[in-house]
Amino acid sequence: MSAADTPAPTRAGFRFERWAPLILLAGAFAIYVIVAVATDQTQYLTLENLIAILARSIALGITAIGQTFVILVASIDLSVASLISATAVLASVVMDGSPAMILPAILAALLLGGLVGLANGLVVSGLKVNPLIATLGMSLIIQGCLSAFVSNFAGSVPPAFQVFAYGEIGMVPVALIFLALLAVTAWGVLRFTKFGSDIYAVGGNEEAARFAGIKTGRIVVASHVICSVCASIAGLYLASRLRSGAPWIGADGVYDLESIAVVVIGGTVLAGGRGGVWGTMAGMLIFSLIDSVFNIAGVDSFAKQVLRGIIIVAAVAFYAIRSKRIVA
Amino acid sequence: MTDQSAAPDRKRRRLPQINPVWVLLAVLIAGIVYMNPGFAEPTGYMNFLKRAAPLAILAAGQVYVITSGGFDLSVGSLITLVVVGASMLTNNDPSATYWVIPLMLAMGLGVGAVNGAIVCFLRVPSLIATLGTMITLNGLAFLWSGGAPRGYLPDTFRFFGRELIRDVPLVRFIPVSVIVLIVVVGLFAWLMHRTNLGRMVHAIGDNPVAARLAGVPVNRVRISAFMLSGLSGAIAGILLGGFAGVSTDVGAGYELEAITAAVLGGAQLLGGRGSVPAALGGALALTAIFTLLNFLGLPQPVRQVVQGLILIAAVALAMHRRKRTGT
Repeated sequence: MSAADTPAPTRAGFRFERWAPLILLAGAFAIYVIVAVATDQTQYLTLENLIAILARSIALGITAIGQTFVILVASIDLSVASLISATAVLASVVMDGSPAMILPAILAALLLGGLVGLANGLVVSGLKVNPLIATLGMSLIIQGCLSAFVSNFAGSVPPAFQVFAYGEIGMVPVALIFLALLAVTAWGVLRFTKFGSDIYAVGGNEEAARFAGIKTGRIVVASHVICSVCASIAGLYLASRLRSGAPWIGADGVYDLESIAVVVIGGTVLAGGRGGVWGTMAGMLIFSLIDSVFNIAGVDSFAKQVLRGIIIVAAVAFYAIRSKRIVA
Repeated sequence: MTDQSAAPDRKRRRLPQINPVWVLLAVLIAGIVYMNPGFAEPTGYMNFLKRAAPLAILAAGQVYVITSGGFDLSVGSLITLVVVGASMLTNNDPSATYWVIPLMLAMGLGVGAVNGAIVCFLRVPSLIATLGTMITLNGLAFLWSGGAPRGYLPDTFRFFGRELIRDVPLVRFIPVSVIVLIVVVGLFAWLMHRTNLGRMVHAIGDNPVAARLAGVPVNRVRISAFMLSGLSGAIAGILLGGFAGVSTDVGAGYELEAITAAVLGGAQLLGGRGSVPAALGGALALTAIFTLLNFLGLPQPVRQVVQGLILIAAVALAMHRRKRTGT
């Protein structure tokens, strides 16, 4: 294989995997437009409405960005939902309506997220526990501790902090700008830093990465910390949006499984090493577009759930069906 | 030289090859008996077995999927769908039981076949595939019952979960569910450890490519594993409908408890290793833990925390043992 041969196929070939999220997104958008026009509800096609659709899935988007990091290193995090509840409650209890406590509350929430991520990462990389089990166990522990202390809305969020969820710059919500910045940062980290390429290396082949001199354990731990910190940011956002924290908000939003579904629909491979943040963002858009289609078309909420399950499977099959590998 | 190499060998052989889950179970049962001597009476342990039966059956099915390298998250929703569906179909008519039960078992097999087909032919990882069916089946259960299940299950249907066979020598009575448990787990254990299917399930979980090259029909075996798991879900649903009654959240959380039980029994996630009797041990141990926590008067949240800690500890211990023995 000479040096001249290698760039040719990447430039000429149409790489399906790279474009699949965009194809799916275009499909979802087309369905949205068609349904809106067909049911004669063209008011849904305005820019404000599209922004409103986006704004509904900000918590999911923030969580999914974090989830992308762990899935890229071939790990997974099921503890995000209970962590979201825990940080939302923690933040709103610490603030308790006083604007002076906003900063300590944010720091406490991020610290909790960091610690949980550290614990997850150490259990996964140090004790070699399967990540699914490790984070599932962590999720049970967090949820158990949380519901031992709180059973209802606890604390309250001062108006100054509600700006995070309700503030707007021009006509764009602050939180949406924050999500965009977070996505750009995550993309930059994955694309341009050594840490980013180490993540892909560890996810692609951990053994090979170790032989290449990468400290694989640290990379796994760091990814888990990033994921958990993202989840705690999502918890802060939800606290700000609901004006208080409750111990069920994470589980109610099914953020653990939905964030995984969003990441996978965005083309990141569960086995690790392939994918990226923009796919995840496309996945999030697909999810929220589909939800809006159901709303516009007035689909019954139970039927919506049935269709949702089918769509998740179908969207993942859209990529996976072409693979020749045996999956389990 | 030979003596030296033989010595650790003999030492290793002397250590009994006993699965730690049985030790855990024995300790837990000793604890329960200490807390509540009534447990040693037939009433005590038969009720315990009766309560553990659905989880044990579910774990026996889950072991097939885990050993083949996958996960089945759909069984919890399947249980809900079976209970809700049975209450809708029987419509308070006791004679309907005779066709509803076979239909429910067939539905379990069908859901398993769909799961398996999605994994094998659409090549969707089973985590996502069964997550999709979990959401879909839950939605179907709601759709079928209109959100609020009405009516109740006739006594003929609840026979399996609720009735006792009295006047049995030695133990006084045996719940029907315990007989179901023994028959089903026995059958699943035989299929897993004494037939070719079981060996092929192990083979595709350990190394699917090698298994295919060796002539194992990988897809057929994988679909069979999912179908057995679906069947176990339907049976567990029939039992749970018997003693828990109709609601839309009877099955919630059971998929994770089944995976926990299988893992406690030493099943290796991502495939290649798993045992049905040990999964039964895992399910009994998990139920014993919950019983013990109940006796200690600890609230539900503590139960969750303990379940989480045990889950992590069990897998960490298994990994540690595996690293030490070098397998």
